[in-house]
Amino acid sequence: MTTATTRPARRRRHGPASDSPSEAAPIRTRALTKRYGERIAVDALDLEVHAGEIFGLLGQNGAGKTTTILMLLGLTEPSGGSARVVGLDPTRHPLEVKRRVGYLPDSVGFYGSMTGRANLRYTARLNGLVEEEAEEHIALALEQVGLTDRADSRTDTYSRGMLQRLGIADALLKDPDVLILDEPTASIDPIGIAEILGLLRRLVRERGMTVLLSSHLLDQVQSICDRVGIFAHGKLIGVGTVPELATTFGDGAAHLEATFLDGTTDPAGALREVPGVEAAERDADSGTWRIVVRPATESVRVREAIIDLGAKRALRMTSLRELEPSLEDIYRTAVAGMTRGFAVEEVTA
Amino acid sequence: MTAEAQAQAQPARAVISRPPSGWRVVAQKEIADHVSSARFYVLLLMLGAAAIVPLYFASDAIRSVASQVQDTRNAFLVLFIYAPSDIPIPPVFGFVGIVAPLLGVAFAFDAINSERAEGTLPRLLSQPIYRDDVVNGKFAAGLAVITIVLVAVVGVISGFGIVRLGIVPSLGEVIRLLAWLALSVVWVSLWLAFGLLLSVVIRRAATAALVGFGVWLLVAIFGQLIVGLIAGIVAPVASAGTIGEALSLTALSETILRLLPLTLYQEASRVLLNPSVTTVATPSTIGQLQQWQQQAEGQLLTFDQSALLIWPHVVALIALTATCFAAAYVRFMRQEVRA
Ligand SMILES: Nc1ncnc2c1ncn2[C@@H]1O[C@H](COP(=O)(O)OP(=O)(O)OP(=O)(O)O)[C@@H](O)[C@H]1O
Ligand SMILES: [Mg+2]
Repeated sequence: MTTATTRPARRRRHGPASDSPSEAAPIRTRALTKRYGERIAVDALDLEVHAGEIFGLLGQNGAGKTTTILMLLGLTEPSGGSARVVGLDPTRHPLEVKRRVGYLPDSVGFYGSMTGRANLRYTARLNGLVEEEAEEHIALALEQVGLTDRADSRTDTYSRGMLQRLGIADALLKDPDVLILDEPTASIDPIGIAEILGLLRRLVRERGMTVLLSSHLLDQVQSICDRVGIFAHGKLIGVGTVPELATTFGDGAAHLEATFLDGTTDPAGALREVPGVEAAERDADSGTWRIVVRPATESVRVREAIIDLGAKRALRMTSLRELEPSLEDIYRTAVAGMTRGFAVEEVTA
Repeated sequence: MTAEAQAQAQPARAVISRPPSGWRVVAQKEIADHVSSARFYVLLLMLGAAAIVPLYFASDAIRSVASQVQDTRNAFLVLFIYAPSDIPIPPVFGFVGIVAPLLGVAFAFDAINSERAEGTLPRLLSQPIYRDDVVNGKFAAGLAVITIVLVAVVGVISGFGIVRLGIVPSLGEVIRLLAWLALSVVWVSLWLAFGLLLSVVIRRAATAALVGFGVWLLVAIFGQLIVGLIAGIVAPVASAGTIGEALSLTALSETILRLLPLTLYQEASRVLLNPSVTTVATPSTIGQLQQWQQQAEGQLLTFDQSALLIWPHVVALIALTATCFAAAYVRFMRQEVRA
């Protein structure tokens, strides 16, 4: 794969009148709820995905990601609340929604006795694409996911990752406005992942597509998603950009990393003297210094102070940078907080 | 990607008109699948061989019977109702009555559960089609394929009669034959709908097949035996003192037998294919018996008279089919997409 270009943006199609035409958000839910018997899979979810963004859904197994996605597509009836996808209610206008939303299910499957291309041809026909046009779309989609050379083998000879790629091609075939991908990079090799994430970014940039994806791979989500929603027990416990989430779930500290040339005087004492520095410790393996700044808002001033200090005390500092908050840490804190919250509720109940 | 690929990578935006109704696309694909499947050829061979081989051996007997039929207008239909007395094989219609259910179940038992097993169901249902398009398309495809098989078999038998025995059908016979074919298609649909129901309710295709063939065995082979036994207990004709009593007990046991759809199909077939059959049931009073004997004096029914005689049978079969299909449909609409 591929630098295959995406299709140019095209005219909007007109479907049934959307309930609020001025509403720009391609995906929006209000108190969306799904119950399976006693168990609440999705609990009064308020979610909004903006046009032209890549939104990542995070959450542990059973958090309700897949259930939410199925409700957005009208494949599962909500027990309560409402959803609007491309401005339409998926339970009332399922056809129009499904015409404009591409979906990659988790553990996607294909008809094993048919070739990859024949499988896509079936999807194209179900979407009302006519012959030559369908063939062009299929060829482009296969090219985009890097499957052109295996397109004419039966899909029961495909590896799991190849099926996953074919699934993405399948979702792209209808040239959707919104792409919903349930764990899109599962079983795909690292280079393939980079390619697919690149493709998604290009689709968003060139076609103005909106992407909602769920994943367990946090660094991927961090690298590609404009905004992230963290799910736990059917509830959205945090939503925003990674720095925003860091402010919400962080411990209020910023982290700096500094390196000094060997043989210089121990900088620990000097570093700890800087106002705002809470701790400074040397990592024995890498030899770098980790500096904790609290409150996080002091980090710029502290950095300046450390540079001054380096010059004054001849500390021979070679680098100083602020560590970006990792989504993994945020996620851990958020989920742990949620679980703690639950434990407390259970005790008091 | 190369520059040349870049250049061709800009297909015009498809004009998405309303897709040609989803069920047709589904049916098209299913028909292609069926026709290229091993099971199609196995069943075609089975049905073909089982219908034609006995006919071949019985052809001399049929020729002589056909020449004896007083009214030569009906010689052609004898091909379908003749059961040789020396070899124990059923007439063609009896044979279709037993094998058609097998066809119906074989083409439907894995319709929905195989989509689940392959993980294609969520993908299929996320395309712009209604959920019932899947059920309808699969039903239509099965029906189309089996109808083609039935027409082919009937065509071969007819061709055999025309070419080898030199019997040319009259218009009346052709109409009766077509009506019987339609009846047989209804009979197959019942089993197709039943197979579909199994494929919706039973998650494993192998289990669904077992249940389907089990029910087929029960209905086609042991059914009449068992129901006959029950009828014999409920209405013991042998114990009847008078003819009147015997007649009413016979009528009762026939009614019990008619609870089996196979009986319905066989009675209706007999009436449609044989204009000299003037009643589906044994008369239940002595008056009716006398009337029946008078009628039986070589009198032939017109097609509408025969049709009138069997319409309750046809309605019952259609109602059963509709019930099975509706059950499959409703269950499928309510099921979760993921397994
Ligand atoms: N058909 C069903 N019947 C009963 N409960 C169900 C059903 N489907 C899902 N659930 C429950 O709903 C909850 C949410 O499941 P869901 O599949 O949405 O999780 P998820 O976030 O996608 O998890 P994963 O990361 O493992 O894919 C789980 O507790 C699950 O057990
Ligand atoms: Mg999931």
